[in-house]
Amino acid sequence: MTGERLLQVQDLTVRYQTQMGEIHAVSGVTFFVNKNEVFGIAGESGCGKSTLIRALMRLLPDNAKMSAQSIEYEGEELTRLSEAKFREKILWARMSLVPQSAMNSLNPVYRVGDQVVEAIRAPKNVTKSEAREPVTQLFDIVGLQPDLMKNFPHEFSGGMRQRAMIAMSLALDPGLVVMDEPTTGLDVLVQERILRRIREIRSQISSSIILITHDIAVIAEMSDRIAVMYGGQIMEQAPANDLFDTPCHPYTLGLKNAFPSIRNLQQKLISIPGSPPTLLGAPSSCPFLERCPFCVQQCSQRNPENITIQPLHEVRCVRHGEAPLLREKASEKETWRSLN
Amino acid sequence: MALLELNNVTKHFEVRQGVLQKLQRQPVSLIKAVQSVNLTLGENEVLGIAGESGCGKSTTCLMIAGMLQPSAGEIHFSGKRVDQLLASEQAWYRRQVQMIFQDPYESLNPRFRVLETVAEGPRALKLWPEKEILERSVDMLSSVGLPPAKYAERYPHELSGGERQRVGIASALVMEPRMVVADEPLSMLDVSIRAGILDLLKDLASKRHFSCVYVSHDLSILGHIADRLMIMYLGQAVEMGPTWEVIRNPQHPYTRALINAVPVPDPRVIRPVPTIRGEVSRPINPPPGCRFSPRCPHATTVCQQAFLQLQPDENKPHQTACVRLEELSQTNQLAEASP
Amino acid sequence: MPTSELPQTSAWRRILGEHYRIIMGNRLSAVGFVFIVLFLVVAIFAPWLAPHDPWEMLYDQEGEFASLRPPSWEFPMGTTHLGYDLFSQLILATRTTLLIGAISGGISILIGANIGLIAGYYGGKTDEVLMRFTDVLYGMPFLPFIIVLISLFGRELEFVILAIVLIIWRTSARVIRAQTISIKQRQFIAAARARGCSHLRIIYRHILPNVLPLLLLYAAFNIAWSIITEASASFLGFGDGETISWGGMLYELWLSGKTRVAWWWFTAPSLCIVLLVTSLVFVSRAYEEVANPRLRKR
Ligand SMILES: Nc1ncnc2c1ncn2[C@@H]1O[C@H](COP(=O)(O)OP(=O)(O)OP(=O)(O)O)[C@@H](O)[C@H]1O
Ligand SMILES: Nc1ncnc2c1ncn2[C@@H]1O[C@H](COP(=O)(O)OP(=O)(O)OP(=O)(O)O)[C@@H](O)[C@H]1O
Ligand SMILES: [Mg+2]
Ligand SMILES: [Mg+2]
Repeated sequence: MTGERLLQVQDLTVRYQTQMGEIHAVSGVTFFVNKNEVFGIAGESGCGKSTLIRALMRLLPDNAKMSAQSIEYEGEELTRLSEAKFREKILWARMSLVPQSAMNSLNPVYRVGDQVVEAIRAPKNVTKSEAREPVTQLFDIVGLQPDLMKNFPHEFSGGMRQRAMIAMSLALDPGLVVMDEPTTGLDVLVQERILRRIREIRSQISSSIILITHDIAVIAEMSDRIAVMYGGQIMEQAPANDLFDTPCHPYTLGLKNAFPSIRNLQQKLISIPGSPPTLLGAPSSCPFLERCPFCVQQCSQRNPENITIQPLHEVRCVRHGEAPLLREKASEKETWRSLN
Repeated sequence: MALLELNNVTKHFEVRQGVLQKLQRQPVSLIKAVQSVNLTLGENEVLGIAGESGCGKSTTCLMIAGMLQPSAGEIHFSGKRVDQLLASEQAWYRRQVQMIFQDPYESLNPRFRVLETVAEGPRALKLWPEKEILERSVDMLSSVGLPPAKYAERYPHELSGGERQRVGIASALVMEPRMVVADEPLSMLDVSIRAGILDLLKDLASKRHFSCVYVSHDLSILGHIADRLMIMYLGQAVEMGPTWEVIRNPQHPYTRALINAVPVPDPRVIRPVPTIRGEVSRPINPPPGCRFSPRCPHATTVCQQAFLQLQPDENKPHQTACVRLEELSQTNQLAEASP
Repeated sequence: MPTSELPQTSAWRRILGEHYRIIMGNRLSAVGFVFIVLFLVVAIFAPWLAPHDPWEMLYDQEGEFASLRPPSWEFPMGTTHLGYDLFSQLILATRTTLLIGAISGGISILIGANIGLIAGYYGGKTDEVLMRFTDVLYGMPFLPFIIVLISLFGRELEFVILAIVLIIWRTSARVIRAQTISIKQRQFIAAARARGCSHLRIIYRHILPNVLPLLLLYAAFNIAWSIITEASASFLGFGDGETISWGGMLYELWLSGKTRVAWWWFTAPSLCIVLLVTSLVFVSRAYEEVANPRLRKR
């Protein structure tokens, strides 16, 4: 899959100002998304996934500071665009978002259908009745009956609200849809259906997706390329198959171990010991250091830089050269236990 | 005796009518969100509830937690009727049963700091002296993986989704309830933190008698924690049994489809396309029979008329609400749809 | 982990800091806030700041009766036809006006907030009764009602305040009821109930902080309204004759019949009214942005 570049993010950093000091929620993240591609971002809770996309969509709260070398979208430099211009030209029309809080992103006092109609009507300048037709189709895509358009959000179940939000994000045929945990709260059948439909739509109009989730299985099924985030940085980034066949970063290895599979219920899950880094202050060593069974002295001296070990496969680990050895050791439970 | 018992619990919501329909005096149609559900939960047991979005899981949870009145049926908790609690028994029930809500973005008060949220329950019921409440809350925060030094003073809007979920869990568990009703409590958490919280639950269970109703759409998670599993479809319970049995040997065509659709953490595996057709509808004035029948590849006219109701029975733990089950397993028709 | 390891910040400092940020975050409200503080200082220290007794007939340095003097070094804001020093009058009037504003504004928001919270939270019959009662008050025309009340009870300060309170709380009650109803439906209230919180606890600990910005907004409005109401009532001669207020000063001007000549007599109290009311409105605007996120810069 060698498509055209759609989005290229260089060196994105986001810091939150808090009473306890600066939280470096995202540090130096660089990635790209091609046209017609699903780019998955995986990582544990609090590692900065939502912050990353909120920065991209310029929806950060007031106490956040963001800086980036460049964010290029369809050849346009977004960092130079003013906030107002961005909202007017890019947001929703060309880049849309299904937020993690999708379940309560709907306005409780308006009917769900009207909200989606409004999302189409306002930018396209069509009448209400003209907009109703595509909304019915959108509801169909996400598996909601059209008669549900009359209902208020509190009459929806959690998953239905989430699907309504997904419908809204697809309303204007944006080139890029960012989905933050789109399938939490959706059962597998609906999830499957939505993901399938998204794939179908993708083959008709060229549209790319950034898919954020902690669920490795969903990412594995859906994505063409995957980035694994930890402590605000992308630790490893590779095409999906490469990442599953030849993972190189110890964190990726640990993540794979800890995932329950329904095909193998007896498999004892090996979880990664320890707790996530505090993210206070700029990273001066590898953030995975304290929890890594393979760490060496070098790891604590500086933050390892991004190394391309194969085309499209990048890793941030000083021991990337010994990957086969690490892979072998990581599948043994003892390796991870020795830490605590 | 079972700790919790649901007898024929039903919940109907009225469908909103337009002015025109009201004028025409059209009959009010009902959303039969939960229909005649029977279940029991023993001490120290974890019951998993799974099913499609909108099938009535949250509604069931809310009724068990006493937040919603059932339209019909009875809910007993350790011998008392929950749906008819006196005002004086409310506090007692709150102490016994705690609920973890589905949506962590809605269920935290935006003006409460993390520690205040967690300490609020014990403070409201004056469970312990203030100092002990604080200590316990702080301990609970660390057990769910939120170091208090870093999180205690934050507002919900300064937390990530998973962190919020853990605050919700901590504020329920700090009350040391006998039963927890958990509605998708870990959906935004990754596995390593999940494992920690599941350990915490087990720990609590060993210290005190502790049971749990655990709702999730994720069968692989349920497979790892639930003792028994109940599968729901559009408000009806379609299959119930020991987790192991249900996942290994699913019988109801819907359960089979559900298990087939669970994604596998390997991009090479191509799962079979589910054989069920159509899509979920809402349970508005549904037919009397099996509600899955319109989508079921094996449905006949019998299915549209009759529905088997699951009855808890110790001698027959694994039950399936499929009228044609025997017929199907004899002719081996189900096999073709299994994984 | 011991509780002592928690970051320690006093609750009050946190809350004050938050409000400081809200007010100072906006230039207009910051200016308004400075003016309010100035007026407060003047009100508190009024007896020490005023150079003369407000009802002392003054003579200038040459020994002449200082009647209707325009502002000068000696009389910074001029004098009345009876030779009273307007500067001293204004300073003492500030005290009265602020007192009336604070007390009637405060009491009315207290009543309004409680009625709004209770009606909104309990709904049903309670709501019906309380809201019909408010509706009845809504039917009352504002100034005539005040005038009737004052002429019934008398012109003492207490009754002026009472009359203002009675008429002003209704708007805040309505608005806070509406807000309470929308917050009541949020799931965190259900969560609080599930934790075992009593109704009163939910109202005052869970809902109140969420309507607080709106409440402060209406507190500022109420204070501004009380000041305007008091000024209007005093101007019509229904103020407390014993104490002096801004509206009362204008009333005296009217009585003296020197309206066309003594521009200074007119300017000072009117400016003060406008300044204080605008300052309050500016500060409340800052809260409005917090209370109503849709006003925030998009
Ligand atoms: N407004 C804020 N102020 C201060 N810290 C914040 C704020 N928002 C988020 N954080 C912190 O930044 C870190 C990253 O948060 P983010 O929401 O990006 O996580 P995430 O990867 O999306 O996690 P999850 O999977 O749990 O949603 C977290 O540790 C969180 O506590
Ligand atoms: N207050 C209400 N008024 C009307 N209908 C309602 C109400 N609450 C729920 N419903 C309907 O009842 C059905 C069951 O909803 P419920 O929230 O229990 O689903 P769920 O199983 O929890 O789904 P999810 O996994 O998506 O959260 C849905 O069709 C929903 O639209
Ligand atoms: Mg997130
Ligand atoms: Mg639900």
